Amino acid sequence: MLGYSIKRVALALLILVVVMLGMFAMVYVIPGDPASIALGPRATPELKALLIQRMGLDQSLPNQIWHFFRAAATGDLGIDVWSKRPVLDVILEVFPKTLLLGAVSLCWAVVLGIGLGCLAVIWRGTFIDRLLGVLSVSMIAVPSFVIALYSLLIFAVWLGWLPAIGAGQSGDWGSQARALILPSFAIGVSWVGYIARLVRASMLEVMGANHIRTARAFGLPETVVVLKYALRIAIVPTIAIIAIGAGSILSSAVFVETVFSRPGIGTLITGAVEKRNYPVVMGTVLFMTAFYLFVVTAADLLIARLDPRVRDVLRG
Amino acid sequence: MSALLEVAELSVTYRAEGGDVNALRGVSLMAEAGEVIGIVGESGCGKSTLAAALIALLETNATVGTGEVRLNGRDILSLPEAERRKLRGHDIAMISQDPMTAFSPVLTMGDQIVDFQQHSGLSRAARRARAADMLRKVGIADAEICLRRYPHELSGGMRQRVAVAAALMANPALLVADEPTTALDVTMEAQIIHMLRSLRTEINGAIVIVTHHLGVIGELCDRVYVMYAGQVVEEAPVDDLYHAPRHPYTQALIACDPGALGAGQGVLPTIPGRPPDLTAPPPGCGFAPRCPLADGTCHSKPPPRVRVSAQQTALCHKVVS
Ligand SMILES: Nc1ncnc2c1ncn2[C@@H]1O[C@H](COP(=O)(O)OP(=O)(O)OP(=O)(O)O)[C@@H](O)[C@H]1O
Ligand SMILES: [Mg+2]
Repeated sequence: MLGYSIKRVALALLILVVVMLGMFAMVYVIPGDPASIALGPRATPELKALLIQRMGLDQSLPNQIWHFFRAAATGDLGIDVWSKRPVLDVILEVFPKTLLLGAVSLCWAVVLGIGLGCLAVIWRGTFIDRLLGVLSVSMIAVPSFVIALYSLLIFAVWLGWLPAIGAGQSGDWGSQARALILPSFAIGVSWVGYIARLVRASMLEVMGANHIRTARAFGLPETVVVLKYALRIAIVPTIAIIAIGAGSILSSAVFVETVFSRPGIGTLITGAVEKRNYPVVMGTVLFMTAFYLFVVTAADLLIARLDPRVRDVLRG
Repeated sequence: MSALLEVAELSVTYRAEGGDVNALRGVSLMAEAGEVIGIVGESGCGKSTLAAALIALLETNATVGTGEVRLNGRDILSLPEAERRKLRGHDIAMISQDPMTAFSPVLTMGDQIVDFQQHSGLSRAARRARAADMLRKVGIADAEICLRRYPHELSGGMRQRVAVAAALMANPALLVADEPTTALDVTMEAQIIHMLRSLRTEINGAIVIVTHHLGVIGELCDRVYVMYAGQVVEEAPVDDLYHAPRHPYTQALIACDPGALGAGQGVLPTIPGRPPDLTAPPPGCGFAPRCPLADGTCHSKPPPRVRVSAQQTALCHKVVS
């Protein structure tokens, strides 16, 4: 298990390095000189030269890369060209909002997805099973920004039950929670469909297994058979999907935060791209990549823990 | 007074793609408390279907046509599922064929064996202590360690011992073992049979052992039901079955038993031909196409059940009482 953990973490770090190199290459192919953009049309050549020097754009490429890596390793992601604040501070200021949005979305997805998946298994072959199937597929098919727009229209504009934009008043938990409902639902709902389908499929496979028959032969109640004996095994592929989903949920957050005008990583990165605020763009992408790799690696290690057979293979 | 277990004219059909399979066609048998009966027959003759009916846990695509399975006079197949669930693991217990897959791979043996006693009404700790005692009885010395293990950490023989222990803990009126030793190697098989034999006295109810291995029957059973193509073709006490088999199929089966082969016989005899297709069972005797004695009547008319002695019957046109 320890050897495996080290391998997984090393792989994650390697991917991170590759992403950083890729990002560097990308900044170079995008048109537009960051220094001129930052200073505006009326910049003097002196000022421009000063800024180029400050941003390190005059140094050789390997040198720039080296500096970038060394700085990133110590948590220094550069300085926001506009606000002159450290990029890491800017990110950390909005990241909790995106994280909260993502986490609540994931909760919707996991709770509803596993719940509906289990219901479909308990009522397999009946009308309810088929209805849940149609529902799941439509939830997968509709993109999250469409759901975002329609739910905005229905619940905020027509019914007026929930706020349309913003993240709620700071300090007022109730208003912040209400502001979370619509965007998180919009993001989570397509994953409800995925997870419900996946849970149903892997559950049905597990339900045919011999040990489920043993559990039934000893008269265990169907709920215990489903929840303890089947779900525990069926959940393993679902965790892998949820980890991948975490990445997708973060990218949906970019859209949904824009639709709902919520402060967060999504609005931060779209704003930074528009203004060619390179340090912020690079820092944010780097930060999110690192976070995503962390989630996927953690999920892999969790799967290894949940299934004692995997655990033993890894130990041996 | 009626017997502990009575199966009366039971017919079970599987709904399937290529036509419905008549897996059981009017099977009758009975067992008294303390008795061990054996069910023997070729692969596909319906043994597992019968075993499933006995524990009231037929597959979802199986339908009961006619007949009953009565345990203490109650027809268990017509009970609602909630009632049947209360019987399983309490009045009825099962030992499954394949110890490799019989337990959940992600729960410890202890966790499962404690769950399996849920009808007992004891606390989990008490059930665990009981489980440890029972494991020692089936020959597992390190019972506590065994309870903490996952199934894949135990050998096949060990797992089957745990399966036997789990079934015994229910103290069932009826214990059904479907091929309890088939998946094991020869030494393991011998050990498990030995253990089952020594535990016979521990069990107050009836035991039904399903197998295609005549040796297992000889070691363990009092009476035997021989099945062929979904029917019981012969019923006899175990000694009579070995020494005076009456149905041609039983005779062929005993001639083919590797354990009963005399010295000097080089080749293992086999029964030529194959059992009939159960999607369209023949009108006459199912064994007729393979039977050396068969004539026109055998092919066209269902055979009568002929009583040979007080305890022996055969389903055959050619047997005379
Ligand atoms: N779930 C099912 N659906 C359809 N047909 C089935 C099903 N289970 C068993 N059968 C068929 O019913 C017949 C009897 O099967 P059963 O498993 O009872 O035989 P068996 O005597 O236990 O055989 P084996 O020695 O191979 O275990 C076979 O023809 C089999 O193909
Ligand atoms: Mg079988």
